[in-house]
Amino acid sequence: MNDLERFRDKIRLWTLKQLNHLGFGHYGGSLSIVEVLAVLYGKIMNISPGQMNDEHRDRFVLSKGHGGPALYAALAIKGFFPYEMLYTLNQNGTKLPSHPDRNLTPGVEMTTGSLGQGISVAVGIALSQKLSNIPSYTYTIVGDGELNEGQCWEAIQFAAHHKLHRLFVFVDDNKKQLDGWTKDICDPIDFVEKFRSFGFWTCRVNGASLEEIEAAILEGKKQSKKPVAIILDTIKGQGVPYLEQKEDNHHIRPSAEDQKAIEEAILELEQKCSSEEVNV
Amino acid sequence: MSTTPLQFGLDEKEMRQVYAETILELAQNDPSVIALEADLMSSISTNKIQPLIPNQIINCGIMEAHMMGVAAGFSLTGKIPFVHTFAQFATRRAFDQLFVSCAYARLNVKIIGSDAGVTAEHNGGTHMAFEDLGLMRLIPNATVYEASDSTMFKALLKQIYGEYGIHYIRTIRKKAKRLYSSSEQFPKGKGKLLRDGKDVAIVASGIMVEEALKASDLLANKGIEAMVIDMYSIKPIDQNLLIYAAEKTGFIITAENHNVIGGLGSAVAETLMETYPVSMYRIGVREQFGQVGKTDYLKEFYGLTAEHIVKAVMDKLEETE
Ligand SMILES: Cc1ncc(C[n+]2csc(CCOP(=O)(O)OP(=O)(O)O)c2C)c(N)n1
Ligand SMILES: [Mg+2]
Repeated sequence: MNDLERFRDKIRLWTLKQLNHLGFGHYGGSLSIVEVLAVLYGKIMNISPGQMNDEHRDRFVLSKGHGGPALYAALAIKGFFPYEMLYTLNQNGTKLPSHPDRNLTPGVEMTTGSLGQGISVAVGIALSQKLSNIPSYTYTIVGDGELNEGQCWEAIQFAAHHKLHRLFVFVDDNKKQLDGWTKDICDPIDFVEKFRSFGFWTCRVNGASLEEIEAAILEGKKQSKKPVAIILDTIKGQGVPYLEQKEDNHHIRPSAEDQKAIEEAILELEQKCSSEEVNV
Repeated sequence: MSTTPLQFGLDEKEMRQVYAETILELAQNDPSVIALEADLMSSISTNKIQPLIPNQIINCGIMEAHMMGVAAGFSLTGKIPFVHTFAQFATRRAFDQLFVSCAYARLNVKIIGSDAGVTAEHNGGTHMAFEDLGLMRLIPNATVYEASDSTMFKALLKQIYGEYGIHYIRTIRKKAKRLYSSSEQFPKGKGKLLRDGKDVAIVASGIMVEEALKASDLLANKGIEAMVIDMYSIKPIDQNLLIYAAEKTGFIITAENHNVIGGLGSAVAETLMETYPVSMYRIGVREQFGQVGKTDYLKEFYGLTAEHIVKAVMDKLEETE
C-alpha cells in the first residue's frame, strides 16, 4: 500500500468514526468523496496548516457541504487540528458543524451547506486570483443532485466565459440525491456533454480510483483556456459495501443491522491503518 | 374574554405526518390540489403519499427558486399549489421568485416552511431560519401563520386551501406539545387567549407557546398572574386581543423562535405602538445566526426558555417598583 492509499483509508476510517460517534449523519455523500479528497489533499493541492495566510495557496470549497465529515477527516490527518476534535462533530457548541463553517474550523476555506452556493464562491475565488495574476488553483466538489440548482449553471457559464482554467469542478456523480435516484427526480442525462457544451474541458473517471482521478487532474492542467469539470463516477456510501447497497443511504440513523456493518467496516479499516504512518 | 380550554400531552402525530395526511385528504377531494417539493419529500413524509396521488405531487428537485415559478404556473392554470421546503429555502433562498412570480403577480400559492428556527438542530446555521416570518410579513397581503400543534396545523392547511392568495405556515417537523382539542377552530387574524391574568401578558407562537405556559406557572408561584396568548396568526394579527392584553396588564412580553426583528415581536410592537402603547419586551434571537445543536441547548443559548421569560418579567416588575 502506498501513502495515498493509506491516506484514503484513513479519511474513510475517520469519516466513519465521526459519524458513528455522533450516531447519525450524511454517510452516503461523505463516503463518496473520500477518494477525490485523498488525491487533492494528499497529492495535488498546495496546502498545509502553515499556509492558510499564503495568498498563493490552492483553495478548496466543498460546495456539497453535507459531506463535511469527510473533509474534516482529511484536515485532521493533514494536521489542521487534533484528531480528538473529530469526536465533537455536531455536538452542542462544536467547531465541526454538519456543514463546513469557515469561521469555526481550521482549514475550511468557505461556509457551505445551502446547495448551489459554494460553486459560485469557488468561481469568484478563481476569477479574483486570475485578475491578481496569482497562478493558484481552486477546487470544488458539487453533488449530482446539487446540480439541480440553477445557480450552479450560472456559475458554470460564468467560469467558462472568464476562461478560468485554474478552476476544477468535481461532480460527485453518485446517482442519488436526498429523495432517491437523481435520474428519477430530474434526469441529468449526460454531465460530460453538458459541461462540454457549456465550455468546460471535461472527462468522466472512476471516482473510486485514485490513479484515474489524479491522471484526469494532470491532464486538465495541461490546457490553458477552459475550466475543468471532472465527473466522478461514484457510489453513495462508497467503500463500505453494506452502505453502498443500502437503499436509503443519504442520511442514516443506523438500525442495529446498520450499526453492526458500520462497526465492522471501522474495525477493518483500523486494522489496515494501524501499523503505518501516513506521509502526505 | 373567555379562555380556550387546553388538552395536554405530546401530540400523537409528528407535524410532518399531519402535513402528508392533510395534503392527501385535500388532493383526493380536489384534483386541482398539487403538492410541490424540492428533494425534501422524505423529510416531510410526502414520499409516503406519493404513490396514492402520483399526478398531484411533483418533486422539483433541489430547485427552490424554480419551484416558486412552477407554483405560479400551476396557479395560472387554475391549480392550487402547496409548496414545501425547509423554512429558509422557502423564504431566504427563493424570496424574489416568491415575491414577484407568486405574490406580485397576485397568484394563489400556499407555502409551508418546515424546521422552524432552532428545531433545524443538526443542520445548523445554513438551515436555521430566524428570518422567515419577517420576510413573509413584508409581502403585501400575504397571510402568515405559525402552527403550535397538530390540530392547529391541520386546520390551517385546510383554511389556506380555501382562501385565494399567498399564505405561509411555519412549522416544526416532529411532534409538538398537544394544546388544542380536535374541534378547535383557528380563524385568520385571531389569537387564542389560553390564560387570563392581570400582571403581564405573554404573547407567543409555535414552540414558544409551551414555554409561555410554563413561564406563567412559574410566575404564578411568585404571585404574578400572567396572561398567555397563542398568536398563531401573525399577519393579520389580532389587534383587539392585543389591546385587551395591553389595557389589562400594561406589560407585554412576546416570545418567538425567531429573530426579534421582523417576526411576532415586531408585529405586536407595531400594532400596539399605533393603538395602545404599553411597556414591552421581546424574547427571541438577537443579532445571532443559527448553529448546530440540540433543541434544548439552542433554546438555552438563544434565550428561548420559560426561565428567560420569567426573568424578563421579573426584571421589568422590579424596575417599576
Ligand atoms: C439549497 C438546498 N436545498 C436543499 C438542501 C437539503 N439537502 C441536503 S443534501 C441534499 C441532497 C443532495 O444531493 P447530492 O448533491 O447528490 O449529494 P450527495 O448525493 O452527494 O449526498 C438536499 C436536498 C440543501 N442543503 N440546500
Ligand atoms: Mg448525489
